[in-house]
Amino acid sequence: MVEIVQATRRHPLQAGQLDVASVSVTLADNATRVSLRAKDNTVSALSKALGITLPMKPKTSASNGGRAALWLGPDEWLIIDDADSGVIADLAKVKVLHSAVDISHRNVGIIVAGKGAAAVVNGGCPQDLSLKAFPVGAASRTVLGKIEIVLWRTGEDAFRVECWRSFSNYAYAFLQESARDVAI
Amino acid sequence: MLLIKCPYCEEERPELEFRNAGEAHLVRANPIIEQSDDDFAGFLYFRQNPKGLQFERWRHIHGCGRFFNAVRDSVSDKFLTVYKAGEPRPDVSKLLSPAAAETEPPVTKRPRAKKVQV
Ligand SMILES: [Zn+2]
Repeated sequence: MVEIVQATRRHPLQAGQLDVASVSVTLADNATRVSLRAKDNTVSALSKALGITLPMKPKTSASNGGRAALWLGPDEWLIIDDADSGVIADLAKVKVLHSAVDISHRNVGIIVAGKGAAAVVNGGCPQDLSLKAFPVGAASRTVLGKIEIVLWRTGEDAFRVECWRSFSNYAYAFLQESARDVAI
Repeated sequence: MLLIKCPYCEEERPELEFRNAGEAHLVRANPIIEQSDDDFAGFLYFRQNPKGLQFERWRHIHGCGRFFNAVRDSVSDKFLTVYKAGEPRPDVSKLLSPAAAETEPPVTKRPRAKKVQV
């Protein structure tokens, strides 16, 4: 006999209400963000000004207090700090050649935390997010569904997803939907 | 999904993070003003598109953002190797059979070469 299973209908605009206990998808606080581009020989001066040793290894990050530097490319970092950060002023004092662009309002941060957080992100991100391949502190530009994101693992079961502002509705709804799928 | 190694990220990453950027090792003539229209058309438009091994540019666009080069078999889709932009073409015969290349004198065999090379 065929048993008919009726799926519960959910309103398409219901994305904001995640009725899942094991994992949460929440909005990160507003932050200051800087896109930093610099050559190897300027890294020490910039590190000193930032108070963070800029990471030089692929897929890594370094942080000091609320301020963090994520390696995005061989000469590119994403700096994330609190909303009232003085990071722009700190970098303005650096005399060596570099490019620091304030992109605080370009990005939106989403926090995925809880049991199965990696599976939630993997719902749309093709990278290997096992702790061996993507340990705590790992950071990388990658994709989530149809959009580009920067992914940063802040804990064994915690990720920060940074996406562009105009993609944030999509990213938020996508992660909520993914969270429903992996909910325990 | 293909896994493609990025020489800058130093690991294999999913193909969704990459874009193909056409044939590699195309060199703009210098000074370009002295180049004939036919040669310039060859540089600008005409590509090898071989069946088999080819040198290609790739970009890790949704990763580190860097362009790099790869040797790929257009029949099997297999990547033989990847190398950073600006590095010379690797020896294909060595890549195909590393053991044979050690014992026999190297055979200079490449996909059909372009007029201008690095
Ligand atoms: Zn890369």
